[in-house]
Amino acid sequence: MSATGLIAEDEPLLAASLKATLARLWPQLQIVATATHGAAAVEGALASRPDVVFLDIRMPGLSGLEVAEALAEDWPGDVPLPLIVFVTAYDQYALRAFEHAAVDYVLKPVEPERLALTCRRLQAALAARNRTTTELPGELIAALSALRSAAASAAAAPTSGAPAAVEPRLRVLQASLGATIHMVPVAAVLYFAAADKYIKVVTASREYLIRMPLRQLLQQLDPEEFWQVHRATVVRADAIATAVRDDTGKVDLTLKGHPAKLVVSRLYAHLFKAM
Amino acid sequence: MVSSVGSRATSAAGRRTGYLARALRSVGFGILIGLCIAVLRPQRVWTTLIYSVCIALVCWFFIDMGRNLVAGWVNPRNERPGWPGWRWMIAVVIVGSSLGFLGGTQLGDLLTGERTPILTGNEDLRHVFADLLFVVLPATIITYFFNARSVIADREAAAQAAQRQAAESRLRLLEAQLEPHMFFNTLANLHVLIGVDPPRAQAMLDQLIAFLRATLSGSRATEHPLRAEFSRIRDYLSLMQVRMEDRLRAHFDLPDALADVLVPPLLLQPLVENSIKHGLEPSVQGGRIEIEARQEGTTLILRVRDTGVGLGQGVENGTSFGLQQVRERLATLYGSCASLSLNAAADADGGTLAVIRMPIPAPLK
Repeated sequence: MSATGLIAEDEPLLAASLKATLARLWPQLQIVATATHGAAAVEGALASRPDVVFLDIRMPGLSGLEVAEALAEDWPGDVPLPLIVFVTAYDQYALRAFEHAAVDYVLKPVEPERLALTCRRLQAALAARNRTTTELPGELIAALSALRSAAASAAAAPTSGAPAAVEPRLRVLQASLGATIHMVPVAAVLYFAAADKYIKVVTASREYLIRMPLRQLLQQLDPEEFWQVHRATVVRADAIATAVRDDTGKVDLTLKGHPAKLVVSRLYAHLFKAM
Repeated sequence: MVSSVGSRATSAAGRRTGYLARALRSVGFGILIGLCIAVLRPQRVWTTLIYSVCIALVCWFFIDMGRNLVAGWVNPRNERPGWPGWRWMIAVVIVGSSLGFLGGTQLGDLLTGERTPILTGNEDLRHVFADLLFVVLPATIITYFFNARSVIADREAAAQAAQRQAAESRLRLLEAQLEPHMFFNTLANLHVLIGVDPPRAQAMLDQLIAFLRATLSGSRATEHPLRAEFSRIRDYLSLMQVRMEDRLRAHFDLPDALADVLVPPLLLQPLVENSIKHGLEPSVQGGRIEIEARQEGTTLILRVRDTGVGLGQGVENGTSFGLQQVRERLATLYGSCASLSLNAAADADGGTLAVIRMPIPAPLK
């Protein structure tokens, strides 16, 4: 069966070897793009729209998991989402999550027999795939959210056996504006929007920028109080006025006391259901 | 598990079986004592046995319950729960066995249908004391026996716990040194090289062997020359260079005058690993790592600097274990004379700078 694929792997030797092994096991699979870091993988996949992507979990920039989330969120509606295979040397948290999810993975060093099995599964899934549906598969949403929470708890307890360092809840943000440091109480924040290396902090009256990865900020926020609705957006649940679902299934949020409209990605649309 | 008196972590179920076992053992002792009496006074062996067992059982009841009550009352936060200490315990044994003697005799009367004179007050007091001595003395010895067993069990449990803790911390140290993610990725690279570039695979394997040897023996040796320390780090970084290629550039600066200074083995290793794991690996364009040694008077200064993503930007903030380990080793060896600091690098290249300051040991001459 002919298909197109993308390999995202930061270690050049391993990327070349995976490509060579795939060429032997599945000659009709054409590797249309390779990427050495996460952002390049997202860009490459969106540009070349492959059927299959092999994602290394630990990559510089975005992790394989974040690449999968970005693809699920930004994938154009008229093309089916690529099948995802995670590649890892040793990420126990991820392996545990994979066991419970309908997501395939291969371990490094790659065993050809194991990779052959993956290829057969991929071929079967591609053959069965209904080319007309663009609905995000439910099991992928479940798998990604399981992986996300597993990764968060693994980050909280970095060395196995060491006591898990629980991040204290953040109460005040310190945002610099020129030479001035503004003290912004978390209680006043309506939403956070990540952009590049910064996070935009939006209160009812004004906006600030802080330099911090969103995933680090998330660990210090109360998940009951702040909901992630997009990989780049975290919103105070109390501040949401309405959630409007349009014909394509996309959900938009309006806020109380702020004109901004926030987009809910497909990964998080299930949060908004009538009781 | 018989002797659960006072052992620290006994469950409710464990405590129940402990009581039952002690009760059964007391019955055993009762039979034994009864047989001894029967040897001395061979009439009415069965009656003697019944009384003996009854007295032993009731003695056990009063002493064991009394022990628990008094222990909870005199010292509820005792190191050994359920053990009030010998001074209180002697009182418990005397009172408990006296009550046991009376209660057991009553029970024996009930079972045999006889009427023992002491309960009617017609018995000669000397006889009563003699009988009582026959009860109190064995009760004391048996209590001593139960307590000794429990003390031994406690000690064994404590020793086992200590052993387990030591083994766990050794394992954690080893796991931190042989970081599994690094290890399996290195093996994956080796796996590829064996196929495409055998001489390079051999060179990589040599470096891996040197790294493993140093890591495994590092916990045994107490010190080695700075030259050796640098060479171990060179091995490690060569392994990483196979994986990261031109994303990793390493720079070493070890003045000849300092090459023979003795340092704790693999002291710098956690710092270098942190630089890779939290600085350069997460960085898309990579960067360089600089390891240098300097001397300021009698102070040795070791610097590990990277131009990676910087503090607090890494994939995970798991640096604490490695840093804590370095700090602990420095504190153990040099007390307050040594220090480790970790800061953002001050110049435009960014990244992180770790600095160790420690006294230069007197040269071995």
